This record gives sequence, C-alpha cells and structure tokens, in this order.
Amino acid sequence: MSSSKTSIFARLSGAVASLRRLLGTGAPAAEAGTEPQAPRVKARRPPRKAPLPSAPPAATEPQSALQLLCLLQQHGRLIDFLQEDITTFSDQEVGAAARLVHQGCRQTLEEYLAIRPVREEPEGTRVTLGADFDASLVRLIGNVVGEAPFTGTLIHRGWRATQVRLPRVAEGHDLKVLMAAEVEL
Amino acid sequence: MSTRRFAVGIDLGTTHCALAYVDLEQSEGEEVVQGLMEIPQLTGPGAVEERPLLPSFLYLPHPDELKPGDLRLPWEADPGRIVGELARSLGANTPIRLVSSAKSWLCHPDVDRRAPILPPGVPEEVPQISPLEASTQYLRHLRDAWNGLHPYADLAEQEVTVTVPASFDPAARELTADAARALGIENLVLLEEPQAALYNWVNDSHGAWRKQVRVGDIILVVDVGGGTTDLSLIAVTEREGALELTRVAVGEHILLGGDNMDLALAHVVKAKLGAIGVELDRWQIQALTHGCRHAKERILSEPDLDVVPVVVPSRGAKLVGGSVRTELTRDEVTGTLIDGFFPEVPANARPAGRSRTALTKLGLPFAQDPAVTRHLAAFLARQATATETLEGFVPQAQGRTFLHPTAVLFNGGVFKAEVLRDRVMAIIDQWLAAEGGAGARLLGAPDLDLAVARGAAYYGYVRRVGGVRIRGGTAQSYYVGIESAMPAVPGLEPPLQALCLAPFGMEEGSEPQIAPQEFGLVVGEPVRFRFFGSSVRREDRVGTLLEEWGPEELDELEELHAELPTGAHHQAGDIVPVRLQAAVTEVGTLELTAIPRTGRKQWRVEFNVRGSGDE
Repeated sequence: MSSSKTSIFARLSGAVASLRRLLGTGAPAAEAGTEPQAPRVKARRPPRKAPLPSAPPAATEPQSALQLLCLLQQHGRLIDFLQEDITTFSDQEVGAAARLVHQGCRQTLEEYLAIRPVREEPEGTRVTLGADFDASLVRLIGNVVGEAPFTGTLIHRGWRATQVRLPRVAEGHDLKVLMAAEVEL
Repeated sequence: MSTRRFAVGIDLGTTHCALAYVDLEQSEGEEVVQGLMEIPQLTGPGAVEERPLLPSFLYLPHPDELKPGDLRLPWEADPGRIVGELARSLGANTPIRLVSSAKSWLCHPDVDRRAPILPPGVPEEVPQISPLEASTQYLRHLRDAWNGLHPYADLAEQEVTVTVPASFDPAARELTADAARALGIENLVLLEEPQAALYNWVNDSHGAWRKQVRVGDIILVVDVGGGTTDLSLIAVTEREGALELTRVAVGEHILLGGDNMDLALAHVVKAKLGAIGVELDRWQIQALTHGCRHAKERILSEPDLDVVPVVVPSRGAKLVGGSVRTELTRDEVTGTLIDGFFPEVPANARPAGRSRTALTKLGLPFAQDPAVTRHLAAFLARQATATETLEGFVPQAQGRTFLHPTAVLFNGGVFKAEVLRDRVMAIIDQWLAAEGGAGARLLGAPDLDLAVARGAAYYGYVRRVGGVRIRGGTAQSYYVGIESAMPAVPGLEPPLQALCLAPFGMEEGSEPQIAPQEFGLVVGEPVRFRFFGSSVRREDRVGTLLEEWGPEELDELEELHAELPTGAHHQAGDIVPVRLQAAVTEVGTLELTAIPRTGRKQWRVEFNVRGSGDE
C-alpha cells in the first residue's frame, strides 16, 4: 500500500499520522480502559513524577478536518444544515431534515472513524480504575482526591475513533472547497 | 520477474465488480488461504479510497468538468474514463455521460457490441464506447489495482477466473474472454456465476459439504443480483464412490434484479407524494430511490418496525426549507417487493410475455414480468426432465410437472434480506408439497455480495491442485439453421432444418466434433448462418438433423459469420465444400471452425456480434 506509487498523493497531515499511531490498528474498544500500551505519541499529560515534555503543543494541520467536513456534507448535508437559519421553521420541518443529516453523518462516522464508546458499561454503573488507568481515556471529575484505585459512577461512556481511514487526497486538490457550487446546463 | 502465485477470481457484475484471490503457495487441501482485494477508486474529485466493491459504472467527463489532477489514481489512468464510485455519483447528476449495465449490453443480440453505442442516445459531442470496451475498462481498473498491490505477481500471469452469468450465450462469453485477453491475461477461464456461488459454499464448509448433501440431491441456485436473475440446477452424483456435482440446467437471461426493486419502491412513494401535489424531478427520484433502499433494508431486517421516514433532500443548500418528508410503510414494502417480485404463485405459473420476442428499440430487453417466482416456476417446469439422462441418478417419479429441487442456495445482494429467502423457500415448498414432495433444504451461504468472486478464486485453486469440480459442460446444445431447397411458395417461408453442431454438456477442452453434413461456402463472400441453442434437448448428437421442434425448444442466437478469403487454392466465386467443427476451448468458449474437404486450411466461424439491425 505504501509503495512508491502512492507518492503522487499528498501525504496526510502529521496530525492524522500521529492519530493513526495513537489508535494503533483498532484495538477492541472493550479493552480501552486498561490498554497496556499507553498512547505515548500524543500524551500531553506527563506521566506521574516524570519531567515535562520538551516539545510545546503544536498546531495540527487543517487537511483532515476539512476532509471530514467535506465527507459529512457529501453524505449527510451537515454544512447545509448548520448554515441554514432554522428559527422560522417548525420542529417537524427541522426534524425531517435532521433525520437526513443524522443518517448520512452517522454512516460517514462509522465508515471513516468507526466510533465506539470508551467504556462498554452502561452509564450509571460503579467502576473502579486501577493505578495504571489512562487519563486521556478516562477523566476524573467531581470529588477528585486520594489515590488510585479510584471508584466512581460512570457518567458518560466516552467516545473514541477506533480507526481513521480517510480517503487519500490528490496533490493540489483544494480541500477548502467543502462542496463545489453546482450549475445545471 | 513475476510468478504465478495466485488463483484470482473476478466477479464482473452488472452493478458491481469484486476480486478475490487464493494464495497457491500457502494453501493446502481444504485449508485455503484467501483474501479479497480492497479496490482503490475515486470516491470524489481528488479523493481515492479502497472499497471491497467496484461499482460497474464508467463516466466520460467533459474536458472542462473536472481538473485532471483531481482524477489521479495510484497508477497511470486515462482521466477521460472514470470508473467506480465517483463515476456512479457523477452519473446521478449527468446521466448522458454515464455508462451503466455494460454487461447486459454485452449479451444484447440486436446491437453491435464492438461498436461505440454507450451511453445510448446521447448528444453527438459526448464520446461513446462499446459494451466490450466498457467491460475491458473495468477489468483494466482491477488489473492496475492488483498490480499496484502485488508488484511481483502481475495479474496477467496469475490463474484468472472471470465469472459470467450461466445464461450468457456463446457470443457474450467470447466477448468477455476478449476483454480479458485485451489485457494480456494468459491463463484465463470463464466460470458461471451460480457455479461460483456453489464453489464458495463448498470452500466455506471446509469439507463438511459432503455431509450436507447426498447422491440424488438437486441443488437449485437462485442468484438475484443488482441487475440480473440467474438460475441453475446442480445435481449431486457419484463417481467411483466419491460425491460429484453436475450442473444439469441453466435458466434464461433475465434482466431483473435488486435495482428494479428499489426503483419500484421509489415509484410507490413518488405516487404517494404526487397525490398531495408534490412533484419530484429526476435527481430527486434518484435520491428517493437511495432513501427507499435504506428504509427497505431496515423494514426487512427489523420485524417490529412498521414505518420508516424517508426524506428527499433539496438540491440546493436550503436543506430544512427544501426537503420533502414522507415515509415508507411495511405494507408498501410487502406489497411492492414480496407481492410484486416474489408473489405466491402456483407451480404452473408462467411469466407474462417473453422479452426476446418483444419488439425492442435500442434499449435493454428488461424482463416484462417482474415476478422472480414466476420465472422460477417456468424454469423448473422447463427442466422437468433434466436429470433423466444422468447416469446413476435417482429418477424423478412420474406425474411431476416440474423438477423437484431438494436443496436451495441463494446468492446475490437481494437475498441478504431473510424475509425474501424465507419467502422463496416457502413458495418452493408449497410447489413440492402439492406434488407430494418433501420440502427443500436451505444451504447456508454467508456474504452474498462477494461469494461469486470468492468461489471463482477457489475454482482456480481446485483446477490447479484438485478437489471437487462441478461438471456439466455446455448448458445448451447448438444448431445451425439450414433452409431446405424447395420450390418457392409465395407467403411461405422455406422450411428450416436445424443441424446439431455441439451436443448438450460438451466439456471444456474435450475432443472437437465434426458434423458429417457438408456446406458449400462461396469463396470471397461473407456467408451467414442462423444459429440456435436449446437448453432442453439433451439427446441430440452431433450431426442430428431436426425437421421440426417445439416452440419452446430452440432459441435463436446470434448469426454465425464465415468468410473464406481468396488465396492460392481458391478464387473468388468458387464454391468450397466444408464441414463444421465445434469445440469448447479450455477457456470455456465455444469455437466453430469450417474445415474444407480438401486442403489443410481451416477457417474460424465467428459469432456475428454486429447485431441484426444492419441489414
């Protein structure tokens, strides 16, 4: 796949590349909470008692963000929906359009990002986090005191993309055009 | 240096193509190492994605329509011919530049399949290509994709199996082989799609299939794809103590598939909207068809769901204000699909109107009757005696009006819906019960979209290393028409006789056969013969001369075309007596040769794929 033949395509941004590394090859979501290989690449939070990383936070490249928006518009008309002034429409009219957007965008997210919950337990269950829990996957909130293991209630299951397989982009293709205007002859 | 390492199966479908492969070096016996190629293709301007299926659509863009840079693929490709997902989506807006259903045109008897006729009926400046060229283009895309992924195993040098509908006539098979040969594919074999589906089932069972069928079983393969319905009967026989599979009959070419079903639903909804004064344009109907497909899949898979909303989006950016909301109900899906395409009919039901005899303009001969079950009933009745000549086969009891299948294998995307599989099974069981037969068993098959490509790859493997093979040979016997000499009687056509050139079940690579009768061919002048096929006359031998036959027994196929060039031995106007020889090549195509009484020179007799409308 990564043979020399792909060189005519613009390499995807560093952000996506690092995201890929971060996600690995799509580890099962169920193991997410206790994943042994902590994602070191993008770990902004320093490991406990470790020195601060030397590199300051960097800006991400915009390409993949634009690409995703383009796909959400193409399959789910998301930009049309968000850019329209909906104040004068009834809930029923908004609802009808929302179904369309929902169906298309949902399918797009599934296809390109395969989004899965971080925690498989139903929300409201008591969960215990061991000392090796990954703070980028689970955020402690509320009465945050004491030491691990931490026990608390799962408020939100969290979401994570288990794969990123965005289309490859031809060199020189302007991704800022999220949808070309259409003129019918 | 590239080597032959893979058996590659290519499903060159009417609406989708797929490619599967078996690694010959890593596989052994029933442990087969196989894979499916993810096919890189344009999914939008400047965007390339890998998908398991390549939509069989080709778009011929206007030079100003898209930037050449946005049409680049991972390999060198002609930017004037877009294949796959992007072709399909561009064609939704600009149908005059879209080539679709090229495969159905490939077996259309009334058009010139080597002439640029697609897309049909377009403005003069729009380029056109031939059905053959379109098929070649899909194969070329698959080849380039394969070669990009396997730089050391050129596709042209692998064991390649390309599938064709069982109902493809000799000329359409020849054209398919031509498309593959144009790409330099050397080790080519054609395989009928229902057989490929059965091979996939055999492979999937890892040997357990021998326990699931027994001698005397008749397996009915019902393959309803996006655009065509293909039927085959395969008998389980025995040879030297081992189970064997023999394909005993194939159905007619029926242009009827899942796309018709989605379109039918869209028209139901369109009529509903029309009743409240909402008119839809062509683009919206396309969007509605898409929405209906979605809604249908949900209704068919979720038994508690009675209504699914369908929203037809606006074309412009005003989505909330411009969209039309409607719904598809369970009753509509049942009424349209189940009662329309799979109606409960008795075993003696027949489809209304035969497409071949209908006067068609320059269009595809779509099935006149949308009822798959009626086509199925007609097929089984027509083949009532199909297993009679089969050696060592349990004879069918007297008083049966149709051939009783004992097992059913489904294939094609349509049958992903369990409701439809159940429906067909229930109807077949009703027919069987009415004649005192036991119910048929369902052979489980996963992945109905990819089974054909997978089965084809597996077939390439068993051809190489051995394993169960489906025997059968040609599914028809073939005849040349001879007008008998008699005084002309006004208003009466001279009676026609049919001379059998190739018997039913002639196997690939078997000894060529020569009919003893001689024909006088005029040197330097093209000679045409009428050509017929029969899917029911199993007894005729080479040289059998038919004086008369039943209306359903013989189907007229493409004309045959022979021209003896002038040369050292023959001068223009000479009449040379020749005999006609038939052979089925290793590839699986029928080859006819004119052999003169004297001399060594032989001439190929071609199928006239130039159509019959040019006289």
